[in-house]
Amino acid sequence: MSQERAIREISFQKALDEAVAEEMRRDPRVFTMATDFTGDPVKEFGPTRVRFTPISESVLTGMGLGAAGCGFRPIVHWRMVTFSFVAMDQIVNQASKIRYMFGGQADFPVTYRCTTGGGIGLAAQHSQSPYSMWMHLAGLKIVLPSTPADAKGLLKSAIRDNNPVVSFECSRLAAVTGPVPDGDHLVPMGVADVKRAGTDVTIVGLAYYVHEALVVAEELAREGISAEVIDPRTLVPMDIETVWASVRKTGRVVIVDEAPATCSAASEIAALIVEDPETFRALRAPVRRVCAAPVPVPYSPTLEEAALPNRDGIKAAVYGVLKESLRQL
Amino acid sequence: MVLDTAQLAEMLRAMILIREFDELAIKLRVAGKIYGAVHPYVGQEAVAVGVCSNLATTDRVTSTHRGHGHCIAKGADIRRMMAELFGRVDGYCKGRGGSMHIADFAVGMLGANGIVGGGLPIACGAALAAQLEEKGAVTVCFFGDGAAAEGEFHEALNIASVWKLPIVFVCENNQYAANNAVSVQHARVEIAAHAGAYDMPGVVADGNDVLAVRAATGLAVARARRGDGPSLLECKTYRWHFHAMRATPPPETRSADEIASWKSRDPIARLERHVLAGGALTAAEIAALRERVATDLDDAVAFAEASPFPDPKDLLVDMFAE
Repeated sequence: MSQERAIREISFQKALDEAVAEEMRRDPRVFTMATDFTGDPVKEFGPTRVRFTPISESVLTGMGLGAAGCGFRPIVHWRMVTFSFVAMDQIVNQASKIRYMFGGQADFPVTYRCTTGGGIGLAAQHSQSPYSMWMHLAGLKIVLPSTPADAKGLLKSAIRDNNPVVSFECSRLAAVTGPVPDGDHLVPMGVADVKRAGTDVTIVGLAYYVHEALVVAEELAREGISAEVIDPRTLVPMDIETVWASVRKTGRVVIVDEAPATCSAASEIAALIVEDPETFRALRAPVRRVCAAPVPVPYSPTLEEAALPNRDGIKAAVYGVLKESLRQL
Repeated sequence: MVLDTAQLAEMLRAMILIREFDELAIKLRVAGKIYGAVHPYVGQEAVAVGVCSNLATTDRVTSTHRGHGHCIAKGADIRRMMAELFGRVDGYCKGRGGSMHIADFAVGMLGANGIVGGGLPIACGAALAAQLEEKGAVTVCFFGDGAAAEGEFHEALNIASVWKLPIVFVCENNQYAANNAVSVQHARVEIAAHAGAYDMPGVVADGNDVLAVRAATGLAVARARRGDGPSLLECKTYRWHFHAMRATPPPETRSADEIASWKSRDPIARLERHVLAGGALTAAEIAALRERVATDLDDAVAFAEASPFPDPKDLLVDMFAE
């Protein structure tokens, strides 16, 4: 076989499980705590490193921090992000501030994992996408992958990082399959990915909506509209340069996310775009956001579909920015 | 275990230092030399010193908003503590943390904490680390009676017991959660009683008797080192001053009789009587200890004042590790 790595087609969930297993093999200081695990990691790593816990999110979140400050590299899985809200003190007051407020005298290499997002009928509490709440804290790194390869590579990087990192893992993507290179596949944090090149409009998608944006881009291509699709992949630190470069080229941008628009990751990306003089001057139309409606995500399929972004909405926003830019001409 | 003269003298010196450090902190805050809030530990010195006299540098503690005593008892350098209060670069946190966030990981002091109960989960993590390290180290988690009403207290005691973590939960029951008396905060005023629900020993000690605190902690620490799991130790004590001050001390709301009653049980005077009666130290030797504390505090203030303020250009330094 040549130097090129073999590529396997595996699911998003399997990619995440592989990331944890590989990092646990690589570094004996890595251990993981959760109320439940996918697969059977206890079989390989034993109950000391794969720890089933009481349903005590607050103490688990703080224990991750405490053990990290003492030289270990814990992975704390909150399960659904919703449960992390029970641990808000440890996330907001402790994890995001502990390194800075202690003057950098210790590192806290802890990874917090959770599933995120709606679209699977879990209703208001368990369909949330609150990553912007964490972005706001300034002291946490945040990854939000959209493909199995990125999920594996970013989670491995998160576990190796010497800071608290939150890995948001989109529920709707769990069963999605994609190519993942064999071996030690790492994706650096803070590097966006151009998932599709284009020249007329930039679509910045997050998680599940990267895939929806790609479908829309194919449809638009048949209409002669060339859309570039960008996945930031990491929300903190944000690789805004890649977004800027694209928008400077296309002059039009639509940002798609399933969190409500107010104070969202989409808001932050929009602000960063218009704050950059060169990118601002390149804009030929106002920045558009396609986000969830400002309601708790409802249960009934008709209502849930109405609350979350969809392909028609993305396409309408693209037509909208194209129309605006023509008006300026 | 009988303490030798040097150990008794060191405990007395540490208690005097803790008291004088915080009395000085109040004066410095009133004078505008330091900033933010001061939560004096005065009156509770026997707890920090009695507990920490059982610990090695490799053992770890977590602390509270009223944390100066724990820092000093765990072996932190008062010059760097003072520089932190002064907001200077030579402070433990380079001026980023101040009084409520002093930490010295090198001596196992994992940080004060501005959130009541916030240190309990972190302490459990340190104890889990010690268990995984298998070197016999223990963690002591200091918290107040107020924290026992927080969910984090109950989560922490439960998981520590389930996992037999090498940890001693030390509740400093100073009779008030902020400004509210224990009796209006808790269904049971005896915090140690919670131990039963979590299947661990719960012990009440006289928190104004440093030797009693030392002895009770010794048993709990030995149990933790043996791998037999956590204990809950409640030290009944009293803070002589207010809960917190900013620019000026707040008016006293507790009864004069209550305060006088507790001051008559001064933990420092008690240890002094003990060492004098037993012949371990003479009055002159105690005076010399006080002299040394005064000199050390003068030196700490001089060190702090000589240290520069942080450069605003370093505002974002230390946000993330490499």
